[in-house]
Amino acid sequence: MATHTRGLTETTSVRTRGLTRSFEGRAVLDGLDLEVEPGEFVVLLGRSGSGKSTLLRALAGLDDGVAGSGEIDVPEQISVVFQDSRLLPWQRVLTNVVLGLRGGGARTKGREALAEVGLAGRERAWPGRLSGGEQQRVALARSLVREPQLLLADEPFGALDALTRIRMHGLLRALHERHRPAIVLVTHDVDEAVVLADRVLVLDAGRIGTELRIDIEAPRDPSDPRFAAIRTELLAALGVGGPRSDEEAA
Amino acid sequence: MTALKPAETEHRGAGAEAEPGDVGRPRPAEGRARARRRLGPGTPIPAGFLIGPLLLLGIWFLGSAQGWIDPRFLPAPWTIAQTAAELISSGRLGADLLVSAQRFAIGLVFGVAAGVALALVSGLSRIGEAIVDGPVQIKRSIPNLALLPLLLLWFGIDERMKIITIALGVLIPIYIHTHNGLRSIDSRYAELSETVRLGHGAFIGRVILPGALPGFLLGMRFAVTSAWLSLVVVEQVNATNGIGYMMQLAGSYGQTDVIIVGLVLYGLLGLISDGIVRIVQRRALSWRRTLED
Repeated sequence: MATHTRGLTETTSVRTRGLTRSFEGRAVLDGLDLEVEPGEFVVLLGRSGSGKSTLLRALAGLDDGVAGSGEIDVPEQISVVFQDSRLLPWQRVLTNVVLGLRGGGARTKGREALAEVGLAGRERAWPGRLSGGEQQRVALARSLVREPQLLLADEPFGALDALTRIRMHGLLRALHERHRPAIVLVTHDVDEAVVLADRVLVLDAGRIGTELRIDIEAPRDPSDPRFAAIRTELLAALGVGGPRSDEEAA
Repeated sequence: MTALKPAETEHRGAGAEAEPGDVGRPRPAEGRARARRRLGPGTPIPAGFLIGPLLLLGIWFLGSAQGWIDPRFLPAPWTIAQTAAELISSGRLGADLLVSAQRFAIGLVFGVAAGVALALVSGLSRIGEAIVDGPVQIKRSIPNLALLPLLLLWFGIDERMKIITIALGVLIPIYIHTHNGLRSIDSRYAELSETVRLGHGAFIGRVILPGALPGFLLGMRFAVTSAWLSLVVVEQVNATNGIGYMMQLAGSYGQTDVIIVGLVLYGLLGLISDGIVRIVQRRALSWRRTLED
């Protein structure tokens, strides 16, 4: 396991150098270099098994006991949003939001965060009473209330239905605009990547294969020809449909 | 028309094909023909759990009134009620009940405290588990009744022996279920607690204890039953007061009615204490009911 050092300059929020992680002798991350600017929204795309979740867990420091090497620099204040909302079912919504938060005014901050994700008035609800989308919004509130410099999200909307997901994309973009944390979000949904990201990284064989900056202004419309062009390019990078898969077939 | 109905029904049931000419024509038998045969037990009967006991009570009443049941064998229900009333008014029942309830309560408190403490030690650390779990599992496979001769030798026939016996019976289910509850808390919550940098104390208070509560309360239901069971045993083996002693004494005088009053009392006490635990369970686990409803 690599050491986390805290020597970041003002222009980088995350930096990894030669990051390697392997499971049972198979390298999942293979000398990966990554830099994320403060306030930048980076989406990691990749086929299953491409190492995107492994990278995220490494950044979160959640990979104790995993074999690996390399350097990781991440900010002090990190929040993680998981695919499951991971709310404690036996604590009420507000208690979940302020879990582990120290200092006075934690509950006030928690209430504000809940209001920001549109759940004002649900402070005393049990998580089991909420819909999947609402639960994930509580999880977002829980991550934001900590004022993170870096937000790590592992397929946070993967378990939601399509309509709820569209609404969550809007919410996440708005929250990002307001709080400006650096975000690294993992997904396998190409459209989600194009809707959300400032920059999309496609992971391939344990390294960053393709890197794409997206400059379409928000709100991004999937029927925009630029959107379609980027989607095609990303799908090709993932080996679906594009010219690259033809090459592979040849 | 009426004569045709069964034939129609049969036809639809077998082939599920409507005759072309019939489409759109209202058929009185259609609703019934379409109804599937239900294989489940059907809709629940309101207060259905009372029917069996009431039926038994009815047979008892009728048998006693008709003289079919020998009163020496089983006294009539009204005789039992009369005996109970006499025992209550003389103060004997109250005194014995108080003694029994006290033994039950003290034994339960000690047993629960010990069971929870051991479950925490063994649930929160691997070393604790290595030391504690084995002996408890061994104790679990030895019936409390079998321990009685030894406990009698060690602690004599006084109150101490009775409380220890009850507490030992309580400890086991509390330990087993609390420990199981602790260990079945999803490890993802531990991961979450790490990401929000929860301290050790907060982790136990916010995650571990509430997470183990369902297990503990299930253990509590077994523990309460076990405590009454142990109480019956210790009060009949060697006692000079308590419900068990009252029944024991009645046995040697052939007072069937007093024995039955004692039995009814044990039954009622068991039901009431289980009911209390269930109410606590419902209140404390209201978060879970929202998932289960």
